[in-house]
Amino acid sequence: MAVNEARAEKRPRLASVGAQSNREEVMFGATFDGKVVRRLLAFVVPYRRRLLFGLAAVLVFTATQLAIPLIVSNTFDYVAGAGDAALTLLRATVAVFVGIILVNFIANVLQEGVVARAGERVLFDLRRAMYRHLQRVSLSFMDRTETGRLMSRLQGDVYALQEFLESSVFAVGDMVLLVGIMTVLVAMDWMLGLLALAVVPTLIIVRMVWLPHARRTFLRAREASSIANGAMAEAINGVRTVQEAGREPVNLDLYHDKAHENLVAQSRAVMIAQMIIPIVDTLTGMATGIVVVVGGSMVLDRSLDLGVLIAFLIYIQRFFQPIRSVTMQLSIMQRAMAAGQRIFEVMDVPVEIKDRPGAIDLDDCDGSVEFRGVTFGYVPDHPVLRDISFSARPGETVALVGPTGSGKTSITALAHRFYEVWDGKVLVGGHDVRDVSQDSLGRHIGMVLQEPFLFSGTIEENIRYHKPHVTLDAVEQAARTVGAHGFIMRLPDGYQTEIEQRGGNLSLGQRQLISFARAVVADTKVLVLDEATANIDSYTEMLIQKALTRLLEGRTGLVIAHRLATIRGADRILVLQEGRIVERGTHAELMALNGLYARLYSMNYSSFDDIPDELIEAAIRATT
Amino acid sequence: MTTWAGFGPVLRVLRMALAHPVRLTVAVTATVAAAVFQLLLPQYVGDVVDTVNVILSEAADPSAAKRQLLQLAALILGASVVRGLMMMVHTQQAEIVGQSVGYRLRMDYYDKVQRLSYGFHDRVHTGELITRGMLDVESVATSFNRGMIKAVWLLVLLGWGTWLLLSTDPLLTLAAMSFAPVVAWRATVARMRLRVAWLRLQQCLARLTKVMEENLGGIRVVRAFAAREHEMGKFDTVTEQAKRYTDRTINIRVRDVSLMTLAYYSAMALMLWVGGTRVLAGHLTVGDVTEFLVFMLILQMPIRQLGMVVSALSRASTSGGRLFEILDLDPDIRDRPDAYDLEIREGVLRFESVSFSYGGDGDTVLDGISFEVGPGRTLGIVGPPGSGKSTIALLTARYYDVDAGRITIDGQDIRSVTLQSLRSAVGVIQQDNFLFTASVESNVAYADPWAQREQITHASSSAQLHDWVLGLPEEYRTLVGERGVSLSGGQRQRLSIARSIMVRPAVIAFDDSTAAIDAGTERRIRTALRKLTERTATIIVSHRLSSLMHADEILFVDAGSIVERGTHAELMELGGRYRALYQLQANPSESLDRIADSIAGGAARAGEVARGR
Repeated sequence: MAVNEARAEKRPRLASVGAQSNREEVMFGATFDGKVVRRLLAFVVPYRRRLLFGLAAVLVFTATQLAIPLIVSNTFDYVAGAGDAALTLLRATVAVFVGIILVNFIANVLQEGVVARAGERVLFDLRRAMYRHLQRVSLSFMDRTETGRLMSRLQGDVYALQEFLESSVFAVGDMVLLVGIMTVLVAMDWMLGLLALAVVPTLIIVRMVWLPHARRTFLRAREASSIANGAMAEAINGVRTVQEAGREPVNLDLYHDKAHENLVAQSRAVMIAQMIIPIVDTLTGMATGIVVVVGGSMVLDRSLDLGVLIAFLIYIQRFFQPIRSVTMQLSIMQRAMAAGQRIFEVMDVPVEIKDRPGAIDLDDCDGSVEFRGVTFGYVPDHPVLRDISFSARPGETVALVGPTGSGKTSITALAHRFYEVWDGKVLVGGHDVRDVSQDSLGRHIGMVLQEPFLFSGTIEENIRYHKPHVTLDAVEQAARTVGAHGFIMRLPDGYQTEIEQRGGNLSLGQRQLISFARAVVADTKVLVLDEATANIDSYTEMLIQKALTRLLEGRTGLVIAHRLATIRGADRILVLQEGRIVERGTHAELMALNGLYARLYSMNYSSFDDIPDELIEAAIRATT
Repeated sequence: MTTWAGFGPVLRVLRMALAHPVRLTVAVTATVAAAVFQLLLPQYVGDVVDTVNVILSEAADPSAAKRQLLQLAALILGASVVRGLMMMVHTQQAEIVGQSVGYRLRMDYYDKVQRLSYGFHDRVHTGELITRGMLDVESVATSFNRGMIKAVWLLVLLGWGTWLLLSTDPLLTLAAMSFAPVVAWRATVARMRLRVAWLRLQQCLARLTKVMEENLGGIRVVRAFAAREHEMGKFDTVTEQAKRYTDRTINIRVRDVSLMTLAYYSAMALMLWVGGTRVLAGHLTVGDVTEFLVFMLILQMPIRQLGMVVSALSRASTSGGRLFEILDLDPDIRDRPDAYDLEIREGVLRFESVSFSYGGDGDTVLDGISFEVGPGRTLGIVGPPGSGKSTIALLTARYYDVDAGRITIDGQDIRSVTLQSLRSAVGVIQQDNFLFTASVESNVAYADPWAQREQITHASSSAQLHDWVLGLPEEYRTLVGERGVSLSGGQRQRLSIARSIMVRPAVIAFDDSTAAIDAGTERRIRTALRKLTERTATIIVSHRLSSLMHADEILFVDAGSIVERGTHAELMELGGRYRALYQLQANPSESLDRIADSIAGGAARAGEVARGR
């Protein structure tokens, strides 16, 4: 210890590796939650026949398990009796024994197979229901919630339930076996039975004392290992920065602490876990001893058959196994309840945007977009858009310009009906977006995000995306339109090149072009486009500018514009500020107006985003 | 499927375990003792039955028999207690030895991975390295007991037990043990098959994870294209596959478990039949048969564990193999035996006809690059994507070794000085810097964790980060990174600039490290840095000309060679590619096509993979 402390003093104040603690979400909780169980049952119902059948198999299996020692003991009785009929009786019991074994085998196959399969099905259904729900909940929920947290529900929590479902059917078998053994023991000889079972309360008490301690140390061990692993992952992810800063020796020294803490925690956990073994063994030994002394004397006094004594000895050996698994079941249940709560929490997130009853399919859409007095916000009483009205005629490009937070993105999201307006209405193709079905609306409005998002799969699949019937020719044509064909053909596998995680093998500009091509394939009348702000090198940027022009040809465009070239090319420019349209018109008109737009434009930055905040503020002050 | 990568790794793990001789000896001794004491039970129980039975048939003195029963009961209790204790000690000590080996491996692995060069990390996927560091270390640690020590236990139990039974009755032993081969076969061979099926299932589930993760991450795209049904279809396809694999693993498991049980009970039936007839024939006592029966009861679990032992061994072998593969690597960038600390006299960085290719594969990235940057001077490097300009920055701190030529600082070849001294003298600020889960101040002071608060705030102010930090809930103590406040691209880059200038390097290279910072803020950073870098040799790699047009010398790099060099004025005068690029950036209003035509050569390359590595 002293050595450790001395080292700790030399340690730099500001250095650490990995996170300091990452206790998992609620570990303890109720072992039984009626609401969770009821809702879970709803998912079990479709498989009730199979599960009942499985349960029956479990019962039959347990019954045969129970019967086997009885038959064995009978055999001994006949053999020990050694009468004339002994051989015939032996033959008969062995035959019965073989029969029971076969039943046992069949029941075993059925119970394991049926139950496990039904359990898996329930879980797949549950995951699917949750996933499907997530496809419908509002985007504000998705914005608020990290993907990682949803994933842990879709996976970790679903597995916790799987463990529970599978084990609970077998737990029923174990319970039945336990009760069965006790019944048989008492039935064979109630006094000897009760004496032999006298050790059980001790075992239960010991386990009750031991379990909380054990669970705490297990939890600590798990935490220590996840901390050590987290620090390891950090070192690997940040290895370049570590080497850059020359932190290797300091980090190794710090990591030593975490690794050592983990070693201590793991050792402690195994020490505690194993302590129960000699206790169970001692109690089994005691029960066996009691049966030997008392039962043996009874046999000698001819008040007990030798076969019964042997049956007792076998049952006692058997007895302590199910007890172990039943207590294990409790902590599995606890975990499952917490997991179930979290799963249903997700499924209970309301779906805010639904098709109205009688919503029409928007079949032919001319591509016009109109906002009429739209007011909207994400948080009550804090509107981000106030009384926005404008219209884009088919084929027109409308550029939305304004500082961060002025409401540009909200306008594009509303055209798509990602959120509901508070007041006013949004019309696409002359129809209120709330009157048409969401799917049909999606067929007419395409979208290109600022951060291009690519799915894993080939480039071809990414461009084609949700239109499976589009041919490779059409995909290539789309790529040509946006000028992506050239670089795609230069990739090792052309259109069949696999996209690495989130497009890691492509530059940002290239990913942008692919998402453009995707929008061409989708071929919608209206296109909502959020121009990238990231600083792309000038060469790629030029390609993108050209592609943008091609992309908007013949479509109604709603463009969140950053580049002056894009803005100038628009048919109409809306200048937004704090949720209102402050200026509108063509580039020439706005320049003539000599307002905010003209001021910003004359600062001669190639993009409005390059203008320092204070200059923008100054311009706003000067205008108002 | 090479689940058996050979015994090499297992032997190496065993050698590592020898570093804990006391625990190891205790563990093995306890293991043997546990097995031996456990095997006493069948004999004692058999004796009990015989005692009772013999006296019954011969009508001898029951009181002597009762005394004997008392004795036997005490022996049974004693053997149970000792067995339990031995079992406990054996598992505890063996697990601790395993964990200690795991701890050693973990430390060695951490140390090694930290020191392996950029070249290695470019090649090997991060996720792959993390998996090895987490799962493989843990699987070696746990499989030491569950594979190696448990194997000893099983061998003693089976060997010694069979020997004991054989001395009683060979034929009956044969009957009683007839299930062992079936169980052993199912538990090992079939378990391998189960593992294969299980691995497939895992891969399938990993695919499912990817589908779900991408869907949630790209939910806006999904919604925008109204591709909900398409996405559900993707999900269902993978799910159906997963269901099939699940069914397959369940089938294998069910078949194995039930067959093993059947074999076991069949052997019991055979044993009863053979034993029964032999008792009737007077060759054996009832107690003998009981002994066999109890022996069978005791062996039921351990025989099933045979499969676990085998799979633990094969896991130790594969996981160990994967770890040792990394541990046996030598970092290709390391101190020479005679390395000395870099001595900064003036701070002059020189590239002398440097040529370089990643992995030394001859695919030239840099070809004969020469330049010199003195203290207080600035060198700008510009060029199309993939031209090799970023590589120049990385070479200055020796993240890679040059193929030909040399790089010197004040005349000292950077390959002959210690890495520690070199990297504290050369700061390379990369475009994408890692943020550690720690406070802002710890992140800023990453290279100098002993730093005082004033130094940290000073560096942060220069990097235009200070005001933002003051707006955070706990200012400099606010947690950032994966579990803390998340930073925008520009904030991250500002933080990494602050991080690098903390240590006042003699040479500083900005590798496109201001791409996400707006031009105004960048200008303020440059102004602030000017004071700090009066004596520093500065390299600025950027595609934004406004970042580097004031440099003392500007290199225009293409395809690994310097194609134009000079000051901004000189290059404008030259009227070459630099000038064309300048015009493109300065006058976005000009016709795109006209400019495109005038950037000869450059535009054709525009679409090529932009990343240097």
